[in-house]
Amino acid sequence: MASPPNAESRPRGGSPWGLALRRLRRNRIALGSLGLFVLIVAFALAAPLWADRVAHTGPNATHTLERISVDGERRDVVSPDGTPIGPVWLGAGGRFFLGADGRLGRDEMVRLMYGGRTSLFVSLVAALITTLLAVSLGLLAGYFRGATDAVISRLLDVIWAFPVLLLGIALGTALAVGGLQIGPLSLSSGSIWIPILIIGFVYTPYMARPIRGEVLVLREKEFVEAAVAQGAGPLRVMLGELLPNLWSTIIVFFTLNIANNMLLESALSFLGAGVQPPNSSWGTMISTGIGLIYSAPLLTIIPGTMILLTVLSLNVFGDGLRDALDPRSRVRLEAHAGSFEPEERSA
Amino acid sequence: MARFAARRLLGMLLVLVAVTVIVFVIFNVIPSSDPAARIAGQRGATDPQLIANINREWGFDESLPVQYWRMMEKVFGGDLISYTTRQSVDEQIWEGVPATFSLCIGAAVIWLSLGVLFGYLSAVRAGGLTDRALTILALVGISMPVFWLAAIFLYYLTFKVELFPSGSYVPLTQNPLDWAYHLVLPWLTLAVIFVGFYSRVLRSNMLDAMHEDYVRTARAKGLSDRQVRTRHVLRNSLIPIVTLFGLDFGVVIGGGAILTESIFNLQGVGQYAAEAIENLDLPPIMAVTMFAAFFIVLFNALVDIAYAWLDPRIRLGGSAR
Amino acid sequence: MSEALLAVRDLRVEFVTEGGPLRAVDGVSFDLSPGEVLAIVGESGSGKSVTAQTILGLTRSPNARIEGTASLRGEELLAASEAELRKVRGDRIAMVFQDPLTSLNPVRRVGDQIVEAIRAHRERIGRGEARGLTVEMLDSVGIPQPERRIDDYPHELSGGMRQRAMIAMALALDPEVLIADEPTTALDVTIQAQILDLLRRLNRERDLATVLISHDLGVVAEIADRVLVMYAGRVVEEGALDEIFYDPQHPYTWGLLGSLTRLDRERPERLPQIRGAPPSLLDLPAGCAFRPRCPHAFGRCTELPALETRGGETAGHRDRCWLTPGEKRESRAVGGRIALEEAR
Repeated sequence: MASPPNAESRPRGGSPWGLALRRLRRNRIALGSLGLFVLIVAFALAAPLWADRVAHTGPNATHTLERISVDGERRDVVSPDGTPIGPVWLGAGGRFFLGADGRLGRDEMVRLMYGGRTSLFVSLVAALITTLLAVSLGLLAGYFRGATDAVISRLLDVIWAFPVLLLGIALGTALAVGGLQIGPLSLSSGSIWIPILIIGFVYTPYMARPIRGEVLVLREKEFVEAAVAQGAGPLRVMLGELLPNLWSTIIVFFTLNIANNMLLESALSFLGAGVQPPNSSWGTMISTGIGLIYSAPLLTIIPGTMILLTVLSLNVFGDGLRDALDPRSRVRLEAHAGSFEPEERSA
Repeated sequence: MARFAARRLLGMLLVLVAVTVIVFVIFNVIPSSDPAARIAGQRGATDPQLIANINREWGFDESLPVQYWRMMEKVFGGDLISYTTRQSVDEQIWEGVPATFSLCIGAAVIWLSLGVLFGYLSAVRAGGLTDRALTILALVGISMPVFWLAAIFLYYLTFKVELFPSGSYVPLTQNPLDWAYHLVLPWLTLAVIFVGFYSRVLRSNMLDAMHEDYVRTARAKGLSDRQVRTRHVLRNSLIPIVTLFGLDFGVVIGGGAILTESIFNLQGVGQYAAEAIENLDLPPIMAVTMFAAFFIVLFNALVDIAYAWLDPRIRLGGSAR
Repeated sequence: MSEALLAVRDLRVEFVTEGGPLRAVDGVSFDLSPGEVLAIVGESGSGKSVTAQTILGLTRSPNARIEGTASLRGEELLAASEAELRKVRGDRIAMVFQDPLTSLNPVRRVGDQIVEAIRAHRERIGRGEARGLTVEMLDSVGIPQPERRIDDYPHELSGGMRQRAMIAMALALDPEVLIADEPTTALDVTIQAQILDLLRRLNRERDLATVLISHDLGVVAEIADRVLVMYAGRVVEEGALDEIFYDPQHPYTWGLLGSLTRLDRERPERLPQIRGAPPSLLDLPAGCAFRPRCPHAFGRCTELPALETRGGETAGHRDRCWLTPGEKRESRAVGGRIALEEAR
């Protein structure tokens, strides 16, 4: 429903943030997704607890030749032909809850939780890096325009020319052999910061270009002119006037970026160009699991499902955020078949 | 129009040059390990003579611009060899092209047609059950890792129930039916991701278009709902889809297919790259990256030109007077 | 009245919105006689566009509640089915909208869009014949070289040409009624005059009954026979053109007249405006909706006046104001002209 032209003359409920929050609170599906995401994060954070108290083992500890007692029966963790034990659930007091992960006989549940920590950590930190880079570049390019913009935009275009996965692979493999050394910064080839930096870098144009676009529009508005007339320097205008108006865009992109990062990280790790051993993530787990797809399909299905749930919850929540912050997009969702809503512009 | 196309293609060439520089920088400048050892791969550890040869051939003891030139010579001159597999990179890529193209084109046809169909239905029945169901499907589709879906298909549809062959590629010229049969699952895997996305984009475009003034005019003229929907709403909403498709197709050929090819063992360019990654064998990755980027830049330019052709406002340099 | 071409009685349109029910049109009635030009004047939010669109059934939706009747030569429109209305739209009642740049499909040729309108109603007409008809129409609205313009895209035409093309499209099927919703608002002043001339010519040549919607009384003065002044969804005054301009009975009308700047008068110190802003349709004041902005409001104004002839000389001149005719004559004279007094 287009809002009536004069509803604004009597606004209810103050700031746009308050309004957005209220709209968001009414969107139960979005809230549910957020809840799911929080649950998943909690699940990952509980890893040390589970490993210590319940499973009594670490994510990399192997149990190939062991036997455990399941509901009274003694069973091999890894059978003689290499087949790992399937989900034991609570039969062994929580140990091998989801079974073992292959010939190495590692506890799959523990690995799942620790892998989640890695995947989430990489995705979140990379998203922060992307946001920082994108906002800075977008502000600089959009505000100063001219040569600055030309250089930054060309740079972004060239990065954008590479498919994200391929760029990630190229960087991942190049840096996997020998690590990275820029001035004082030195990272060994197995460092978790390499995939983090790569993913953060690769997605920068994805966010920087829309932000630059918004800055270009915003800088023409009167409040910017007013600030400049009052003697505000570029830094103060960018941080004090432009940035506050970018928050809603930033928040939505940030949320969706975490989701994209999860997918990219898992793809890179699956191929071997992402998280390197001894670190493991859901992506690397699928990589090992695929080898046993016919005998132990759950080793592939479960980590993949975790990725799916995480990304899905972020996507749905991100959508809800976008709707809450820009209600006009919600109008589209509620259009009814064939009935075109009246335009109230010139009522 | 011709001038626009010429300008765009020129810009494309510049970007392509930039791409070659970036690939060079990624592989030979950024990493801090010994470049020759990196390129030699696993064999380098046991063969110091090889390292010396590489140093000479690739010019690692000379200046950066020379290194850049040597690298370009090797890649574009067909002279690139993988020291790990001792095979010509260019030949391997060429052999993998039919499989990769079969996969990508087939998947593209599927995702485009289904995406448009679902998007149209969603928009027309917005708010209803069909719409909600398709939205959920779309969201799930774009949230799942491609390789995971491939694995699930593999397990359930080729193993548990032997509905489809478990992989490998049969050339079209050899047996068209078999060719398609082996590609059905890979096509579906790749298409699922995009179908969801495209249907949402079309739905969103159509719902936006439905609120436009020209749609109101169309109804006021006495056109039926269906006529309004197809001749005005859909027609206008498809234009951005075409450009989106062009970009995505470039991305898919360029690298999106890597994961699907590997799991279904299609021996395409993507799988070749995946195997090289596993072995940390750099020359193939260099070449694939370069060609993929080229393909995308080319497609970007073609898409821009197509968009200009489709939208008369751009084509005719229309300044609204 | 059996001579009325278009008869609207007690039209009410209410929308269900997030903030509650919104009464966009509240009891509007009028008659349109054949060949007559009726002007509907008011600010944004007055309900004038919604009225027009509702007659053609363009506001139908699950959250709209429509009451009243609108009949074309006795045939009821508001209760008609979609299929029946489709036959009326374009063929018997045609509508032209405010902004021809956005009201025409930007990626299709102008000629195609007119041909489409023609063939939607006359299936037997082939493409070639329809194109010929289109060229004729473009010519009759004053577009030079119509056989070339027919294949242009909307953005290739100037603003004035585009609006002429829209009018050509509306008239292609020789409708009985033309509704023009702010046809000149998006155009330059000089082009405005041309378009109004065109509308007046078409009205006379084809005996085309026209409903002209505008917020500008000045535009209306050129061609209207009768005027309806709307405020907050209600008709607050109606009458013949001269009656409205020389003997206005409602303070809102005085305000509209007073805000017209005229070349033959002294330049006012400040551009006269009506103080305040139109009310939110979600939250109308009780009684007369203009009360909060009216310097002449008094106790009785909390009761909604009926639309009746009070001070007007003919039965067709009606208004919704409790002031006596004498009080009205006094109050509207501000500094030698008709205007709405600024302060009390």
